[in-house]
Amino acid sequence: MSPAKSPRPGPAAPDDIISVLRDDGSLDPANDPKLTDEEVRHLYRHLVQTRLLDERFVQLQRQGRIGFHVGSLGEEAAILGSAFAMREKDWLFPCYREFGAALMRGLSLQTLCDNMFGNVNDTVKGRQMPCHYTCRAVGWASISSPVGTQITHAVGAAWAAKIRREDSASLVYFGDGATSSSDFHSGLNFAGVFRLPVVFLCRNNGWAISVPVERQTATRTFAEKAVAYGIPGVRVDGNDIFAVVAVTRAAVERGKRGEGPTLIEAITYRMGGHSTSDDPNRYRETQAVEAWAARDPIERVKSYLEKRDAWSDADEARLRSDIEARFREAVLIAEKTPGPPLESLFEDVYARVPWHLAEQRAELVAGPRAPSSHG
Amino acid sequence: MALVNMVQSINDALRVAMRADQRVVVLGEDVGKVGGVFRVTAGLQEEFGEERVIDTPLSENGIVGSAVGMALYGILPVVEIQFADFIWPAYDQIVNELAKYRYRSGGEYSAKIVIRTPVGGGIRGGHYHSQHPEAAFIGVPGLKVVIPSNPYDAKGLLLASIRDPDPVIFFEPKRIYRAAKGEVPDGDYVVPLESANVVRAGRHVTVLAYGAMLYEALDAANKAAEKGVDAEVIDLRTLWPLDVNTVVDSVKRTGRLVVVHEAPRTAGFGAELVTLVTERAFFHLEAAPVRVTGFDTPFPYALEMEYLPLSHRILPAILSVARA
Repeated sequence: MSPAKSPRPGPAAPDDIISVLRDDGSLDPANDPKLTDEEVRHLYRHLVQTRLLDERFVQLQRQGRIGFHVGSLGEEAAILGSAFAMREKDWLFPCYREFGAALMRGLSLQTLCDNMFGNVNDTVKGRQMPCHYTCRAVGWASISSPVGTQITHAVGAAWAAKIRREDSASLVYFGDGATSSSDFHSGLNFAGVFRLPVVFLCRNNGWAISVPVERQTATRTFAEKAVAYGIPGVRVDGNDIFAVVAVTRAAVERGKRGEGPTLIEAITYRMGGHSTSDDPNRYRETQAVEAWAARDPIERVKSYLEKRDAWSDADEARLRSDIEARFREAVLIAEKTPGPPLESLFEDVYARVPWHLAEQRAELVAGPRAPSSHG
Repeated sequence: MALVNMVQSINDALRVAMRADQRVVVLGEDVGKVGGVFRVTAGLQEEFGEERVIDTPLSENGIVGSAVGMALYGILPVVEIQFADFIWPAYDQIVNELAKYRYRSGGEYSAKIVIRTPVGGGIRGGHYHSQHPEAAFIGVPGLKVVIPSNPYDAKGLLLASIRDPDPVIFFEPKRIYRAAKGEVPDGDYVVPLESANVVRAGRHVTVLAYGAMLYEALDAANKAAEKGVDAEVIDLRTLWPLDVNTVVDSVKRTGRLVVVHEAPRTAGFGAELVTLVTERAFFHLEAAPVRVTGFDTPFPYALEMEYLPLSHRILPAILSVARA
C-alpha cells in the first residue's frame, strides 16, 4: 500500500505491514482492536483537533506571534493511536511532534498555548521554545530537542517500574532519524537485555529534516533492527489508526507478561516541513506528498465513521467550530499573559538557589533591562 | 570506629544508603558480581540482590540515560562510570538531560542521580585511565561536583550527595583509594556539601587543593614551614557550588594564593578560583596568585610524575608567592 520505497536490495526483512482499516471501510478481523464507535469518534475528534491546531500554530508563527512550531501533519494517527493504547499508569516519552497526544492524555489546551507563548503560566516557565511543554499529571515527560535522548529515559522508567514490581510501561516516540543515534542503540539493547516493558514507537515519516531514510540506514526496514536486540519488530501502517492501536496494545500486553520491549515502525509521511524553520520544497519532490495525501489518516477514519452512520456533517461542523473557539480563547489569554518574572531565571537550576545564582540574580535585577525584552 | 581506606568507606556509604532507602540502586559496568574494578561495590550484590546492584551493558550513555529515566520514575540511582576518562559518551545525557531536567520542566520533575567515577593520575594508567575532568562538569548549571580526599569525608560526602536533591558528580581520587586511611564511624553520618575544610591553618599563604593533590599540597606546606613560611591548606571537598566564604576569608588573612589541581591549566578550575578570589579580595592580595597544575597536554604515561603538580612543584610556588 505504501509509496515508501525500498531503495536497495538487502537481507531478508519483515516486509509485512500490519493494516486493519481497508479501503472499503471494513476492518481486517485479524488485528481489529474492536474499538467502539464512541472510541473511534473520540480518536477522530482528537485527530481533527491536532490537524487544526497544527495549522493555527503555523499561522501564529508566520504572523510572528510565536517563535516556532514543530508539527505532526500527516502523522496524527501514528501519534494518537499509540497514545490511545497506553494506560493511565503508563509513561510517555515524547519526541517533540506529539502535542495532539498530550492533549488527548489530558494536557489542557490553555497550558499548551501558554507554552507556545512562553508566558508566566507556562508549566516550564518560559524556559523552553514552543512545543517543549511538560505535563507530569498525565505521565508526560519533559521534552528536549536533541534527537533520541529520551529513548534511554523511557527504558529507565520501565526498569524502575519493574524493580518496584509495578505494572507500568513506557511508550517512547522518535523518528527514523533517531534510529541512527547512540541512544537508540543503547535503549533497545538495555531494554532487550533486561526485558523491560517499553514500546519503541518509531515514526518512519520518510525524513529527518532534509535527509531521506536511505541516508539513515542500509537496512530495508527500521523494524528489522529489532532482530539485533533480540526483540520483536513490527511494521504497521502508521496512517491506519486501528492498526496502530492494535500493535501498540499488543506491545503493552507483551511487556505486561514480562516478555520485554517491542519496536514498532509506524510507516507514515511527514506532509509538512520538519518545523516552521524549513521549506521541504527545497529537498523533495511533490509527487510523493501527493501520493501520501491520498492515504490521509484522518480522512480514512472519517469515511469509516460516515459509512457506519456514526458521524454527520453537523457533527463535523460542530467539532470544528468548537475547536476553533477554544483555540481562539486560549490564544487570546496566552498572548496577553505576561512573561515570566526575572527572578524565575534562577529558580529550578538547583532545588535551592545557591550563592552564585543569588549573586547573579541580584546583578540582573539591579541592572538595566534588555532592549527587546519579550516580557 | 575502624581504620579503613577510601574503597572501604565508600563501600560502607553505599551499604548504609541502600539499607536506609529502598529507592537506592547501584548500576554500572562490573559493579555487581565482581564488585567493581576497584572493588568499591564489593559485596553489595550479595546483600541487595541483582535488581538493586546491576551489571549493565557496556554503554555509558545507556547507563546514565537509563538512570535519568529511573530517577524520573522515583528510584534513586547511584551510577558508577568505571573511569572518568570513559564518561564522555554520557556527556550529552549529563549536560543536556540530567543537569537540565528540573529547570526545563519548570520543576515538575527532577532527575536525581549520583554519578561516582574514579579520577586522576599517578597510577600508571596512561591517557585513558588518568584524566581529571572536573572543569567540564563545574561549568554545567544544575550539577554539583564533589571530591573527597580521605575515608571519613568520602563516606560522609557520598551519603550527603545521595540525599541532596540535585544531581551530583562524585569524583573519587583513585591514586589514594587505598593509600588514604583513616578512622570512619560505623553507621550513618553526613559531611555537608558546600563546606571546605581547612586542613592546615597558616598565616602566610593560602593553598587550595582537592582529591589526591591535597596530600601533595600538605607535604609542600610542611616543607615550606621548615623554611619559615606558614601555609594554610584548604581541602575544597565540594568543588561546585564552592564554599567561597572559607576560601575568600582565608585569602583575606594571608593575602596570598596558590591553587593546585591535576587537570590542565587553561580554563581549568584554578582559573575560576583565582578569579573569584580576585573579585572578592583584590585589595587584600599581596602577590599575584599562582596555579600549580597539570600541563595543557594530554595526560602522559611515562612522564606522568612530571605532569602531575606534586609537592616538588608546589613548594617553590608557595615560597615564591609568600616572598613576592
